[in-house]
Amino acid sequence: MQEQDTRRAGITDGARSVAPLLLAVVPFGLVLGVTAAASTVGGGLGIATSFIIFAGAAQLVTVQLMDSGTSLAVVVLTALVVNVRHLMYSAALAPHFSEFPRRSRLLLPYVLTDQAFAVSMLRYETTTDPLYKRWFYTGAAFTLWGSWQVATVAGVVLGAQIPASLGLGFAIPLVFLVLLIPVVQTRPGLVAGIVGGVVAVAASAAPFGLGLVTGALMGVGAGVMMERAGHR
Amino acid sequence: MWGAVVIIGLGTYLTRLSFIGAFGERKMPAWMELPLRYVAPAVLGAIVLPAVLMPDGVVEFAPTVNPRFLAAVIAGAVAYKWRNVSLVIAVGMASLWVLDWLF
Repeated sequence: MQEQDTRRAGITDGARSVAPLLLAVVPFGLVLGVTAAASTVGGGLGIATSFIIFAGAAQLVTVQLMDSGTSLAVVVLTALVVNVRHLMYSAALAPHFSEFPRRSRLLLPYVLTDQAFAVSMLRYETTTDPLYKRWFYTGAAFTLWGSWQVATVAGVVLGAQIPASLGLGFAIPLVFLVLLIPVVQTRPGLVAGIVGGVVAVAASAAPFGLGLVTGALMGVGAGVMMERAGHR
Repeated sequence: MWGAVVIIGLGTYLTRLSFIGAFGERKMPAWMELPLRYVAPAVLGAIVLPAVLMPDGVVEFAPTVNPRFLAAVIAGAVAYKWRNVSLVIAVGMASLWVLDWLF
């Protein structure tokens, strides 16, 4: 196949593979925009987080914590803990990306998300062509990126017109609930989630709003101990 | 707040770049792999439970005082069955409004 054909096929296949996922990504982005606009964070900074951070869960946590007046150092710490999972994705993709040009290896991690990772790893099982791999990931990741930016802006525009009495901030934990359910299907995962939640509640009075991070670390510890004890 | 967002953005980029950008050893050390598996459930649990159980800073199960907990239980059941973000948000918000109106 010609280089250009491979490129076109890769981009198209990548974009196509994430299309069904947009059903979940777009409402998530809308919630982010709406809640940012309705909070003390504001729509402008809300849109900026999509561009600068581009990681939905971390962005929502950032908006939520900033709005509740948490110290900025703890906001940064919490968001980075939420994003530490990207290490795992980076390690898994690294052998595939090692043949890409240096420029791609620097740019493509910026658009690395749960979804782009999942569809790419799946496709990489059935292909060996580095050129196709590169453009498939590019097509998938940038489709998600563009949709995310548009959804955030749309959410901010909408959010400015929605009265606070509707309690739309509740949509944030609802989105997280959807993400939580699939990762607590194993016993260690379930224990990690429960311990994380219970400790975060118990430690909610911890200084500087460190309750979330405390809960998260204890939850990870509990999950590790469960797995070490032989649970699956 | 803008400064914090830029730092989070940089930190996030560096975690994404980590192994992809590394030249030498590209394999993740075994000691990192196990804990990373439980970051998602632990973090999400730590976000969700306080948000639905103590929205006003005090633990409250009763729907008459805190409708969010019951609304989240209903939404959780929907999420377990269908995993559709829009549906979960719609059911969760509607439950909250109905419970608010009832009590």
